[in-house]
Amino acid sequence: MDLSMRWLADYVDCKCDVKKFCDEMTLSGSKVECAAKEGDYLSNVVVGHVVDIVPHPNSDHMFICQIDVGEGEPVQIVTGAQNVKKGDYVPAAKHKSTVLHEGKQVKITKGKLRGEASNGMLCSLEELGLTLHDFPYAIEDGIFILGDDCEKVPGMDIREAIGFNDDIVEFEITSNRPDCLSVTGLAREAAATFNVPVNIKEPTFKGIDGDINEIMKVEIHNPALCSRYMGGYVKNVKIGPSPRWMRERLRASGVRPINNFVDITNYVMLEYGQPMHAFDLRYVDGAEINIRNAKAGEKITTLDGVERELSEEMLVIADKNKPIAVAGVMGGEFSGIMEDTTAVVFESAMFDGASVRTTAKKLGMRTDASARYEKGLDPENCYYSLMRAFELVEELGCGEVVRTYIDCDKSDKVRKGVEFDPDWINGFLGTDIPAAQQEEYLTRLGFEIKDNKAYAPYYRIDIECGSDLAEEVARLYGYNNIPNTIVRGVANAKLTRKQKFDRTVTAAMLGMGINEITTFSFISPKYFDKIRLPEDSKLRNTVVISNPLGEDTSVMRTSIIPSVMEVLARNYSYRNADCYAFELGSEYIPVEGSVLPEEPERLGVGIYDTAGKIDFYTIKGIVEELLDKCGASGVEYSRPDENTVFGEVSAFHPGRVAVASIEGREIAIFGELHPETLENYGIGCRAYAAKVNIPELMELCAEQKTYTPLPKFPATTRDLSLICDDELPAAVIEKTIRKAAGATLESVTLFDIYKGEQIAQGKKSISYALSLRSHDGTLNDEQADKIMQKVIKALSEAGAELRG
Amino acid sequence: MTEQLKAIEAKAREELSKAGDLKALDDIRVRFLGKKGEITAILKQMGKLSPEERPVIGQLANKVRADIEASISSAQDSIKKKAAALKLETERIDVTLPGKAPRLGKAHPLNATLAEVEEVFLGMGFDIVEGPEVETDHYCFEALNMPKHHPARDTQDTFYINENVLLRTQTSSVQIRTMEERKPPIRIISPGRVYRSDAVDATHSPLFHQIEGLVIDKGITMADLKGTLELLLRRLYGEETQLRFRPHHFPYTEPSAEVDLMCFNCRGKGCSMCKQEGYVELLGAGMVHPKVLEECGIDPNVYSGFAFGIGLERITMGRYSINDMRLLYENDMRFLNQF
Repeated sequence: MDLSMRWLADYVDCKCDVKKFCDEMTLSGSKVECAAKEGDYLSNVVVGHVVDIVPHPNSDHMFICQIDVGEGEPVQIVTGAQNVKKGDYVPAAKHKSTVLHEGKQVKITKGKLRGEASNGMLCSLEELGLTLHDFPYAIEDGIFILGDDCEKVPGMDIREAIGFNDDIVEFEITSNRPDCLSVTGLAREAAATFNVPVNIKEPTFKGIDGDINEIMKVEIHNPALCSRYMGGYVKNVKIGPSPRWMRERLRASGVRPINNFVDITNYVMLEYGQPMHAFDLRYVDGAEINIRNAKAGEKITTLDGVERELSEEMLVIADKNKPIAVAGVMGGEFSGIMEDTTAVVFESAMFDGASVRTTAKKLGMRTDASARYEKGLDPENCYYSLMRAFELVEELGCGEVVRTYIDCDKSDKVRKGVEFDPDWINGFLGTDIPAAQQEEYLTRLGFEIKDNKAYAPYYRIDIECGSDLAEEVARLYGYNNIPNTIVRGVANAKLTRKQKFDRTVTAAMLGMGINEITTFSFISPKYFDKIRLPEDSKLRNTVVISNPLGEDTSVMRTSIIPSVMEVLARNYSYRNADCYAFELGSEYIPVEGSVLPEEPERLGVGIYDTAGKIDFYTIKGIVEELLDKCGASGVEYSRPDENTVFGEVSAFHPGRVAVASIEGREIAIFGELHPETLENYGIGCRAYAAKVNIPELMELCAEQKTYTPLPKFPATTRDLSLICDDELPAAVIEKTIRKAAGATLESVTLFDIYKGEQIAQGKKSISYALSLRSHDGTLNDEQADKIMQKVIKALSEAGAELRG
Repeated sequence: MTEQLKAIEAKAREELSKAGDLKALDDIRVRFLGKKGEITAILKQMGKLSPEERPVIGQLANKVRADIEASISSAQDSIKKKAAALKLETERIDVTLPGKAPRLGKAHPLNATLAEVEEVFLGMGFDIVEGPEVETDHYCFEALNMPKHHPARDTQDTFYINENVLLRTQTSSVQIRTMEERKPPIRIISPGRVYRSDAVDATHSPLFHQIEGLVIDKGITMADLKGTLELLLRRLYGEETQLRFRPHHFPYTEPSAEVDLMCFNCRGKGCSMCKQEGYVELLGAGMVHPKVLEECGIDPNVYSGFAFGIGLERITMGRYSINDMRLLYENDMRFLNQF
C-alpha cells in the first residue's frame, strides 16, 4: 500500500518528519517498506515564463527562447519543440540540472545549439517522469505548458508548482488488516500510534429528488456470498478529467487517473478501503441488478477486453439477461464508463472473501478490488464509501446524485464483545501494564470498553479473542518495552538414537575427507534415464508435483543417486580436479494405500579424482570404514543379484559393483559408475558412488560398543600363498579360512594378489597373513601347525591350493 | 715391565688420537685390551716377577688397562656425537615446503550453522523433532488456523501433489504433530527442508530450510519468547547483538512479531547493507494462537506457549557473508572447501 503523506494530512497531523513517522508506524505494527519523495530524480528544474521566442537563424525547426526563471535577467534556452508560445509557463531545466531521459536520470548543462547559446532545456512531461494521465491537457510530443491548475511563479521548483512533491510511504499490510489498505485506516493507526486526534468526518451530500426504486431494482440471490449491496444513481453526468488534487493523489498511490467517475471509484477505494464499481445504466438490461451465481457456460468480456468463461460457483452481477461484472473482481467491458455516459450507477457491496478469492484465482485475474475482498471487509463500510462517492461527485460538479439509494442489507449487525481482562493480558505478555493504561490503548484504537468487554470498531474484523486484545495492548505499549525473561522450569533434552546415528555417519564421512553437500529433493524424471534405470524400474514410480516450477524439479527423488550424480557432473564441468561428496538426505517413496509417501533417510556418496588415485576399492573402503564406525558387524560383500533391493544397480559398472549385507539384509550398494552413466552426465573420468540405507543400517548396528580385553599372550603369525581360479572371490577364501581356523584366528589379512608369469591362465595367486592367538597361553608350533593344516585342507576343498 | 706398560699406554693414546671412526677404536681395543692384546701379553709374564713386584706391576697394569678403556670409551662418545651431528646436518630440509595433511571433509555451511543452533537449543532443554516433508494440507495449513481460501496462504506459494497433499511450506507442521503426540510441557525445535514455489535467484530458492521452535507450558509469556530469542541470537551473533521486535501477523500466532537484527555494519543508522533501514529482518515469532492449541487438544485456558521460525539460509548467509543463495545448492567443491 502506497500512502500519500499529503492525503494522510487531511486526517491526522503526526507532528513529525517522514523518517520518524516510518519508524514509529513500523514499531506499532504497520511495517514501512520504504519512503520516497516524488520526482526526487529532478533537480534545478523550475517554472519558466517564456518572455520571448524567435526562430533559430540556423535551423528551420528550432526556436530561441528567453525564459524568465525568476533570476531578474531571462536566460536563453533553445528548444526544438513546436508548441511553445510567448507568455507560456514551462518547466525549465537550468544549467546543471537533472531530468529523466528514457527513464534514466541525465544531467543538463549549458551549451551551443547550431551556434546559439542554450543555458538549459525546456521539458516535456516525460522528462519530468509524468504522463498524459497526470496532465490530460498536455500534448504527447511537446513541451509541457503549465495549465491553470499549476502555480505559474517563475523560478519556483517545478515539483512544487505542479504538485509533484508528495512523500510516498510504502507499507507492507498484513492480511489480517485489510482496513489498513486505505488512507483512513492508516490515519487511524497513525493517530493511535502518535496519540493524536484523527479527523474522519462522515461524508455528506445534498442530492436531488428522485426515487431510486423507480430507476433500478436490486436483488441478492445468494446472501451467503453477498451480505450487502448498495447502489446509487448519478444523472446528468459530465465525463472528463478529474481535478489535479485527485489525480496527484491517485498517482501517488500508484493508480493511473482515467476520468472523473473511474477516478472517484478508485479514490474512494484508496481512501476507505472499499472497492467501488461504476457502470453505465444504459447497458443494464431492464435496469435490474441481480447478484447471483453464474450459469454454466455464461461468458463475460471484462474491462481488460478479455472474454472469460464463468462457472457456477462464481458470483456475478447480472442484469436481466447477462452478467455485467464478476462480483468483487472486475466489471464488464460493455457496461463500463465511456465518454458519452450520462447516467452512472455506483455499486458499493460486500462479497464473501473466499468466494472472490477462488473466482479471481480461477480466472487468473487478481485486481485491487479482489485483493481487498478476499482478506475480508466490513459491510458497514459500504455505506460510508457510497456516501463519500456521492460527496465527491458533488465536489467535482460532475453529475447530479439522486438522494435515495438502494441498500440490500443481509449482514449481521450484532457486535460481539471480547472479554477484557487486564490481569490475564499482563500474565500472558509478562508485563505489568496498569488496567487503565490498557483501556486507554484500546480506546485509542477505537475500541469501546463496557462491562469488562471490549467491542472492536466495525472495521476491525480481526478481533476475536483475548490474545487479539493482548496484541493491541502490546503493540501500543511497544513490543520492545516488554521484558526479556527466560522460560522457567527444567527440561531434559536429548538427542534421539537416530539423531546420534546421523551425527556418527556425518562425522565418519567428514573424517574420511568427503565434503558434505545439500541438493534439491526434487529432480527431473529424465534423470532416471541418465542413471540407466530400466523402463519398469520401481524407482520410476514417484511423488509428482502437480504445479512444478519446471520439469527439472517436478518429481520427488526416489533415489539419492541422481542428486549425487548432478553434483559430480557439475564439479567436473567446472574443471574441479576432484570431487568427494556425500549427502545425508531423504528419498520419497510412494506407498500404495497411504496418503503420504515414506521418506527413508539415505547416504549418497559420489567421488571422482582426475589425479587417478582412486579405484573401486576406495569407495569400498569408505563403505567398510563407515559401517565399522557405525558399529556394524558381520558385514558381507557380494555382487548384487537380480533380487537386489537397490534399483540403482543399473547405474554401476556390472563387473565393479557390490552390495554390503548384514544378517542377509542389503544395506549398501557401491561401485564404479557405468561408462554410459558417466557419459550421460558428461563426466570424462572414472567415478564411483555409494548409497547406504541409514535406518536399516541403524537397526542392524549395536547401539553400544563393548571393550574386548587386550591379549596377554603373544600371537603366532603364518603366511599362506594360494593358487586358485581367478573367479574364486576373495570373500569365499577369507570365509573359509575363518571357519577352519576357528576362535584362535585373530585376524586374516590379504597382502598380495598376483596374476601373470608363472601363474597359469585363468588362475591367480593370493596371499594371506594369519595371526593366531590363544587367550589361555602362548601357542606352540605344534598347535599352530595343526590349525594351519585344517585351514589348508578346507581351502583345498574350496578350490584354493597351497602354492608350491 | 713398568716401562713396557707405560710405553703401551703412550702408544695406545697415540693410536687413539689418530682413530677416526668406531671401527678403528674397536681395533685399538682388541689390540691393546683383547685376549691376545698387548696388556694381556704383559700380564702373562707376571709369573716371572718376584712376589714383591707382582702386586705393584699388577696394580699398574690394571690402571693402564682402565685408563685405556676410559680413553676408548670417551673417544667413542666423541665420534658418535660427531656422527650424529653430521647426520642432523645432512638431514636439513626446506621447512617451508607445503605440508602433507590427511584430507578432512567439510561440513556444508547450512549444516554447520544448524549444528550450532541445535547446540544452543539442546542446552536450553529443547528436543529436536523431525517430520515428513510431503505433508497433508491439514498439518501444513488447516491445523495452523489457515483454512482453505485463507489469504495468508497466498504468501506461501505451495507445491501441491494433489488437493490434500503438498510439500510443506513450513516446519510448523511438525509442531502440530508434536502437540498431538506429547502433552505439555513441550520444548522442541523442528529443523528441516521446506518448499515454496519461488524461482531460483540470489535470494530465493524453491527449497530452503527452517528451524521452528515451540514451547508450551503453564504460564509461558511473551516476555519468555523475547528472552529466549535474545539468548539464541546473542549466542549466534555475539553478546552485543541488538534486536528489534515489531508487530506482525501470522495466522497461527497471536500476538505475532517479526524480529529484526540491528545492522552490524551501521549499528542501526541505515546503510547500503540494510537498505537504509538500520535493521535486517531475521525471523517471525509469536504466542501460539488459542485455536491452534485447541486443534491439538491442548486447553488454551490452562496452557500458553510461543513459537518462532528462523530461516537457516538467512542466518547462514549472514554468518559467512554469502551473497548468493544458489551457491548453497550448487555444491561446487571450490565453495565447500572454504568452510
